[in-house]
Amino acid sequence: MDYFTAILGPLLNGTAVTLQVFLITLALAVPLGLGLALVRVSRFRTASGIVSGYIWLMRGTPLMLQMLFIYFALPFVPVIGVRLPDFPAAIAAFTLNYAAYFAEIFRAGIQSVGRGQHEAAQVLGLSYGQTMRRIVLPQMVKRILPPMSNETITLVKDTSLIYVLAMNDLLRAARGIVQRDFTTMPFVVAAAFYLFMTLVLTWGFMRLEKKYAVYDD
Amino acid sequence: MISAQGIHKRFGSTEVLRGVSLHIDKGDVVAVIGPSGSGKSTFLRCLNRLETIDRGRIDIEGETLVDTDAGGVCRYAADADARRICRKMGMVFQQFNLFPHFTVLQNIIEAPVTVKGLTREAAIPPAEELLRKVGLLHKRDAYPSHLSGGQKQRVAIARALAMEPDIMLFDEPTSALDPELTGEVLRTIRQLAEEHMTMIVVTHEMAFARDVSTRVIFMDGGEIVEERPAAEMFASPAHPRTRAFLNHLA
Ligand SMILES: Nc1ncnc2c1ncn2[C@@H]1O[C@H](COP(=O)(O)OP(=O)(O)OP(=O)(O)O)[C@@H](O)[C@H]1O
Ligand SMILES: [Mg+2]
Repeated sequence: MDYFTAILGPLLNGTAVTLQVFLITLALAVPLGLGLALVRVSRFRTASGIVSGYIWLMRGTPLMLQMLFIYFALPFVPVIGVRLPDFPAAIAAFTLNYAAYFAEIFRAGIQSVGRGQHEAAQVLGLSYGQTMRRIVLPQMVKRILPPMSNETITLVKDTSLIYVLAMNDLLRAARGIVQRDFTTMPFVVAAAFYLFMTLVLTWGFMRLEKKYAVYDD
Repeated sequence: MISAQGIHKRFGSTEVLRGVSLHIDKGDVVAVIGPSGSGKSTFLRCLNRLETIDRGRIDIEGETLVDTDAGGVCRYAADADARRICRKMGMVFQQFNLFPHFTVLQNIIEAPVTVKGLTREAAIPPAEELLRKVGLLHKRDAYPSHLSGGQKQRVAIARALAMEPDIMLFDEPTSALDPELTGEVLRTIRQLAEEHMTMIVVTHEMAFARDVSTRVIFMDGGEIVEERPAAEMFASPAHPRTRAFLNHLA
């Protein structure tokens, strides 16, 4: 029991890092993804094409590679090259990557709202922006909840990739203790922590789905 | 009120409207009939810019929505103007197209609040009055998915009326309904006709067209074949195609 309390401190610190990466990424990637999706479905062909290319790039290469690139290679790129400390580099990589996945989820959700809704809004005099804001996006939210739930749970676990930047997240903290003390107990505790975080998320999304169940499409 | 001249519209290589012209005066109730695929819906949708035309001219209450110059180039009014012009027309769809995430009341006040800039408080009393008129005040807080088809369509009519249009366009408002539910919707439209609302109604309900409309238009193959006062059209259709169509229905 004493041993358990002893390792709890470092593991909780690791959890704090994991949660920070998770929450900041979510807070940045959701709006960015929404912006990308809106450009993607807009009638601006060139901009839409550029976004498609961006999504292809971000989904087509490993997240770890993107993170390594931003941390190690970006400083040497001419003009845009900046040297980011490890935490901002990790956030940048996660945000850019997850925004691409979110954008695809949002795009599918936006496009699943039928033409009749657009037409009804148009004949009532709503502009394109008003139609999006009042009619399409609110209906999109209900439809994207299941894939968003999936994706955010994946994000919780993906945060463990930041070990490549030598940051002390939950998994790295656990591994450090395992290697020091020759016991697998920290892994079990870490697993329980991850499970708890995904449980909270699952529950949160269930609440949301219930809230949106007041109407049917 | 509405003047459409020489409207041409094609989808790809098929010409769906081949020079349709129509004048609507205040208080007219025009029924548009004709076989499936004759271009009735497309014509109605061209009037309020749900479809853009390829050639011709449309004026709504003296304002030009679209015109075609001598070189054959079709020009629409600027987007904000076109939206303002089209707002004079309300439209009711075959598939209702209510907003499923809004309650009945929210459906009705959405455009007055968002488009006209009314406060919710100011928008609610007239919305409730409209609901009373279509007999659905008791459903004001229900979501559309909890309504029958006939109730949905009456809400859709109230929603269109909330923008105080001068003209109402109906595209087969009862075709998606079970037969026993068409009556309540037709009664509502009939009531509007009695209040001298200007209307264009695409319909397959011949009895309704005969009883309610002031004029009937028969369309076939993307053209207006015949246009007559309702009583005459059904008693003695002049054109063989009209006769064939009406006989086929009878
Ligand atoms: N968006 C579209 N793209 C391609 N073709 C279309 C489109 N909309 C309509 N059409 C075609 O245009 C023709 C006229 O269609 P429209 O819907 O105007 O006919 P309608 O007279 O309303 O028929 P119905 O009584 O079946 O509603 C049809 O041949 C139809 O297939
Ligand atoms: Mg039709």
